Amino acid sequence: MARALVHMPANARKGEIIEIRALIAHPMETGYRPGADGRPLPQDLIRQFSCSYNGERVFAAELHPAVSANPYIVFYTIATESGTLEFSWQGDKGFAQTERMPITVSG
Amino acid sequence: MTQRRQILAAGLGLALTAVVRPAAATPEKMAAAIAAFTGNKLPKTGRVQLDIAKIIDNGNTVPVTVTVDSPMTAGDHVTDIAIFNEKNPETDVVHCILGPRSGKAQVSTRIRLATSQKLTAVARMSDGSCWQQTVDLIVALAACLEGEAL
Amino acid sequence: MRAALLMLVFCLAAQAQDLRKSGTEYMSESTRAMQRDDMQNPAMLWVAGGETLWNTKAGKSGKSCASCHGDAKQAMRGAAARYPAFDKGAGRVLNLGQRINQCRTGAQQAPAFRHESEELLGLEAYIALQSRGMPLAPPADAQTRASAARGEKLFNARIGQLNLSCAHCHNDNAGKSLAGAPIPQGHAAAYPIYRLEWQGMGSLQRRLRNCMSGVRAEVPPLGAQDLVDLESWLALRAQGMPLESPGVRP
Repeated sequence: MARALVHMPANARKGEIIEIRALIAHPMETGYRPGADGRPLPQDLIRQFSCSYNGERVFAAELHPAVSANPYIVFYTIATESGTLEFSWQGDKGFAQTERMPITVSG
Repeated sequence: MTQRRQILAAGLGLALTAVVRPAAATPEKMAAAIAAFTGNKLPKTGRVQLDIAKIIDNGNTVPVTVTVDSPMTAGDHVTDIAIFNEKNPETDVVHCILGPRSGKAQVSTRIRLATSQKLTAVARMSDGSCWQQTVDLIVALAACLEGEAL
Repeated sequence: MRAALLMLVFCLAAQAQDLRKSGTEYMSESTRAMQRDDMQNPAMLWVAGGETLWNTKAGKSGKSCASCHGDAKQAMRGAAARYPAFDKGAGRVLNLGQRINQCRTGAQQAPAFRHESEELLGLEAYIALQSRGMPLAPPADAQTRASAARGEKLFNARIGQLNLSCAHCHNDNAGKSLAGAPIPQGHAAAYPIYRLEWQGMGSLQRRLRNCMSGVRAEVPPLGAQDLVDLESWLALRAQGMPLESPGVRP
């Protein structure tokens, strides 16, 4: 389980645009970086990130080696109803992680 | 003319400053990747703002924000934002999928830039149109690199 | 009126004496923002790991750090600002990482964490965070000061094929550029750091070794006494400056 930090408001007004920051620990090994023996280290990347809001996907990103290690993504979504936001990362070597954050939407 | 300005700027010790200006030409590889993304449509310049730190401390971790001018309604919104580079081993950087639930067409991340080069952000809209902005960046490398094993 | 004016002049004069600048002043605004904003700072991933470890039982003792020390926010407040320090148990000056491992092997009876491991850096970052904003306060005992004195000699000694000392760059040429990057004064008040070049977390010793590589000198192994002595000197050289850990640096 990689360490992941997701920052978003716990409460919002209905219709408010909220900012979500997602950070996860991962080397994002490009496959081009030479190791101690001069040969490139094997590629090891997070390839996909997505956010679902009560089951409906509201954001997704396809990551390539040019994304820095410990990928950090900031995106926005409209607070529509109370519930759970689910954040998923998938990558090489079967990497799969999900974090969940609750949201209370008033009005 | 532009080359002379670049040399002068470098000479004045401004090598660290990212010279950000809209660029006209794109080399083949990046152009091909953009064509694949837009479905061979030539993106119009505008509506897309590509914000990169003016001074890039280290090419390994460069904060970047793409903002697209769009009402983000069900009838008129950004569907995709993609970033392409010119001189990294691979042209694609990141491809984000948005929709009317996004509320705001803005995305930020941190990217790697192998060397000084052009970076292009392209947005695909719900009406099928494509828009882009390109910046020209200068990247300095860190001075004391790791040569020894941990 | 005259008394107030004199006070102002005295204060201005006193402030003008401290010409020391943190490494943040040589960074771009976006890198500074990365350090300043806990929601953006990649080092917070290590802090989160460290907090978990603090509360995890380990070793034959079956104790966690919290079992003896309680809440880190109180127990560790000011601790990181006082390292490196002479340790009676060890009989020598230890840096924070070594002190953590001493608890690990001693009180917890668990295996020591490897140098630069995610666990050790996580704990260092979590503990150092509890002293963020506090002035560096290296202890004034004879052994710690002796270590700092040895460190000062090392700081001023020429090394490597490039035949440079730390002082040549960081005392004499701070603010100028080296291969396109600005030379900071080298005050080690933000460690452990997330270094953009490493795209990861590292200790002060890791950074010092990078500099030694940079001047093509033989690099002492992690944990070497010379490196600890240099750390002691750097802490004394930066005493009074606020701790910024966990920092972000290019």
